[in-house]
Amino acid sequence: MSMKKLTCIVCPNGCSLTVLADGDSVRVTGNQCKRGEQFAKEELFHPMRTICTTVRTEFAAAPVLPVRVSAEIPKDRIKDVMEEINRVVIKEPVGRGDVVIADVLGLGVDVIATSSLLRYLKEEEKI
Amino acid sequence: MEAYEVIVIGGGPAGLAAALAAHKAGSRVLVIEREERLGGILKQCIHDGFGLVRFGEKLSGPEYAERFIDEVLELGIDVLTSSFVTELKKTGAGFLVSVVNRHGVTDYQAGALVLATGCRERTARQVLIHGTRPAGIFTAGTAQHFTNLLGQLPTRRCVILGSGDIGLIMARRLTLEGASVLGVYEAKPEPSGLTRNLVQCLEDFDIPLYLSHTVTRVFGEERLTAVEVAQVDERIKPVPGTEHIIECDGLILSVGLIPENEVAGQLGVPMDAAAKGPVCDNRFMTQVPGVFSCGNALHVNDLVDYVSESGEMAGRYAAAYAADGTDSGEHIAFKTDDSFLYLVPQQLRLEDRDKKGVLYFRSRNARRNAVFTMSINGKTAYTRKYGQLKPPEMERLEIDFGKYPIQKGDELRFEIKEVMG
Repeated sequence: MSMKKLTCIVCPNGCSLTVLADGDSVRVTGNQCKRGEQFAKEELFHPMRTICTTVRTEFAAAPVLPVRVSAEIPKDRIKDVMEEINRVVIKEPVGRGDVVIADVLGLGVDVIATSSLLRYLKEEEKI
Repeated sequence: MEAYEVIVIGGGPAGLAAALAAHKAGSRVLVIEREERLGGILKQCIHDGFGLVRFGEKLSGPEYAERFIDEVLELGIDVLTSSFVTELKKTGAGFLVSVVNRHGVTDYQAGALVLATGCRERTARQVLIHGTRPAGIFTAGTAQHFTNLLGQLPTRRCVILGSGDIGLIMARRLTLEGASVLGVYEAKPEPSGLTRNLVQCLEDFDIPLYLSHTVTRVFGEERLTAVEVAQVDERIKPVPGTEHIIECDGLILSVGLIPENEVAGQLGVPMDAAAKGPVCDNRFMTQVPGVFSCGNALHVNDLVDYVSESGEMAGRYAAAYAADGTDSGEHIAFKTDDSFLYLVPQQLRLEDRDKKGVLYFRSRNARRNAVFTMSINGKTAYTRKYGQLKPPEMERLEIDFGKYPIQKGDELRFEIKEVMG
């Protein structure tokens, strides 16, 4: 039997949840609604997160470009995905939504650019 | 001299929305931006969560801003970047706007002005930290600029003062980039950021949050070498004997935002001491006819979606003002009590008493089961229940004033009351 305390982030109420897990049976207390229970179970068994970060570019006018994962990834893979992203150097003026790393680490999500900064700079003949 | 119907000062989310709305209402519009690029602070807010209200999507700051920038460019709206407004003057027909940029000083004529100048961060000197003046003390926004736009890590080992959302987001960001964030210190007994950020920015990375603690001294000659932290009492006074020294090369401040209204001052625009922005009516027009205010210059918002909303309204009404230029000047001032931190706008134009109006407010205290109430001449007219109100969370509501028999000289009073159950 294990016990875990969580803060629910589904809505601004921010309920303090206590999760009691015993094998497959999970009991959630402290939630004011059904969504809190769902949140606690997901958080306990497969917590997912989004990463937003930057990648290096070879352009002096914009040394980094913002990127994010196209869908949530398992929380315990954040560090691995960051390492993959930190290996990349952008050499082309990619735009918002363009794939920077396809299917990162086989997780089924892409790392995508979240800005067209390089495109704007290209049009202004600054890169 | 070149003339525009509407000149928008500031090319962040409020200014972009205002420019688009004024253009679509038929005005010839000019946007003046002091930075090299449009987008305002969103350029460096690379985290997601923007646009949930407006687009139903969790966008990053650049994605949100660029949707508006692309539309401004497509519609061919005139934009001046790297340009500073040095002077604003009232003229017979409207306003004179003096701008300095690489081409020199240029004057423009405007029928109406939209002030979308955003807000600024409070600094170390404003929170009375003692000690030397070494490098390594940054506002959260400056640290964000270094990290997200310049690609330079501003610190390897830091302490964060203040639990505002930007500070929490920077705690996560710096950790992801390999820096050690030793702790977030908050002088108040309650965190000021959103719960979501406390969980996903601090708990996820095992960054401790110390409530009722503050930074009392900084050490270092060239570069910061350490800070002294101490516990504080209910009056935010350091408790003697609780001080201890933390070695670090960075101190990040996330201690509040203040609306920026320096140019508004040149026109004598009266300010609301509570919201720290101009006193406005339901059209977001200040008490100087033809001058409009929106976004974080009007009051500090939590969500950019509402920054855009107020920008759109200010832009649309600025275009209408520029087109007919009349102003009855008659309005009803909203009366509020100290149950509010602030209520924006602060007035209803008499001729709009049959229209819908948007109100933004913050409760002074955290409350459960509260009722927002509007009364007319002492009689309750409108109520809205809230399960929960918290000062860090801005509320937005729309009231259809046309439903009530509001007359000239009536008293419109707003209160937040407690209800049982």
